[in-house]
Amino acid sequence: MPQVTFIEHNGTAHTVEAELGKSLMEAAVGNAVPGIDADCGGACACATCHVFVEPEWEAKTGARTEAESAMLNFAAEVKPNSRLSCQIPVTAELEGLVVRMPEGQH
Amino acid sequence: MSDTAQQQIVIVGAGHGGGAVAASLRQYGFKGGITVFGTEPIPPYQRPPLSKAWLKGEADAASLALRPPAFYDKADISLRLSTTVTAIDRTAKTVTTDSGETVGYDWLILATGARARRLPIPGMDLAGVLELRTAADADQLKAALGPGRKLAVVGGGYIGLEAAASALALGATATVIERESRVLARVASEALSHAYQTAHRKRGVTIELGAQVAALEGADGHVTGVRLGDGRLVPCDVALVGVGAVANVELARDAGIACDQGIIVDLAARTSDPAVFAVGDCTWRPLPHYGRDFRLESVPNALEQARQAAGAICGRAPAAPEVPWFWSDQFDLKLQIVGLPFGATHTVLRGDPATESFAVFHLADDNSLRAVEAVNMADAFMAGRLLISKGSQLAADKICDMSIAMKDLAQP
Repeated sequence: MPQVTFIEHNGTAHTVEAELGKSLMEAAVGNAVPGIDADCGGACACATCHVFVEPEWEAKTGARTEAESAMLNFAAEVKPNSRLSCQIPVTAELEGLVVRMPEGQH
Repeated sequence: MSDTAQQQIVIVGAGHGGGAVAASLRQYGFKGGITVFGTEPIPPYQRPPLSKAWLKGEADAASLALRPPAFYDKADISLRLSTTVTAIDRTAKTVTTDSGETVGYDWLILATGARARRLPIPGMDLAGVLELRTAADADQLKAALGPGRKLAVVGGGYIGLEAAASALALGATATVIERESRVLARVASEALSHAYQTAHRKRGVTIELGAQVAALEGADGHVTGVRLGDGRLVPCDVALVGVGAVANVELARDAGIACDQGIIVDLAARTSDPAVFAVGDCTWRPLPHYGRDFRLESVPNALEQARQAAGAICGRAPAAPEVPWFWSDQFDLKLQIVGLPFGATHTVLRGDPATESFAVFHLADDNSLRAVEAVNMADAFMAGRLLISKGSQLAADKICDMSIAMKDLAQP
């Protein structure tokens, strides 16, 4: 299982094992990473699993979907490398992935 | 935070709300004991997929879990499943369970949820007459559906419509029977109701409107059809009754905690007893954006209140109140609703319902935005969330102008 790292806004890093085929959001929630709320459970309905993908990983995590983009346009602190982690499937290619989290999801 | 290491928290109810309170308490640094009692035999799980992705077979049972099973041990949260709390003694600060056990608490959190409303008609006890609240209910429903099977849904609410859509995906047929003149009559605008009726009928769901249900009929103890008030019979192999829910307030009421249509709480999710909190579907709560109290049945509500209760116990500053929101997935239609139409006097449509991408904006007399119902139009939902929380006013001619981006509409 690929290891991925979530870095909280305060700098605290959490490296967890992410199950292949699940979403990045599920890896965070399953390992109790604080800062990923995921209120809707992965339905791309709430924008509370917002992360910033480190630039060198953007190609491997793929592009935003249209609905995801529409949601992110209104999220707090949105940046060009913003993604909803429920829309990023975990693949073997993501071994070593690093994402950062915004100050809050609400 | 004051020293919490010696404190004991008892959470009654292991649903989405109860599970979220426990997790939030640990996230906020609560060090004492946490015990969660749940009537169901499984750890806290997500209910929304039971009528959607899970029912269609697109999500497995493990993916329903709110947290993986190992989380509770790791977080030192004691899960007491298949155990129902039957009484609260607020003087002694104890709860009693159906196994006769008495457990003390410093803080008590009620997350007792809601139960399906039952219809006072003959045949409700026939096999194959189901409701959809729990994973066990959903297992029964899923087992009864499949190619060639006939589902009758009594009640054109969200659960019924979602189940009908999922049934079609499984190869079954579905007939939705609604008493009112439109589906979603209690919870959505006319424009939304009509769009959903059209979408369901176009994809093969039969919808009976203005239809009374006289009885559920059966043979050999199993349901075979729904008898309508006008005498017609809707034949079925399985009948799902989804006609609303009733808050489980009895435990609180019997203990002398103030209740209305739910357990009355404030914006910290605190009940009339300062040592007792309540979260989720069971609560009657203030809606600060609307200046009234209401009962909400939604995951976001349960999660907001879970954070309120855990935050209050851990001495955190209260978060800004959220605007209530809801979502529903049916076929390829993603419905997102933000706000409630309280105080709204008129609606403005953005987009064309015929394209299945549109939004209904609900405005008050002064054009302040009260609610947005968005179908496959996520930006209208997100903009609405922002605008309602700010109390913004919107001009009707701008809302319906698709050449103006929602992003620009949301910038005052």
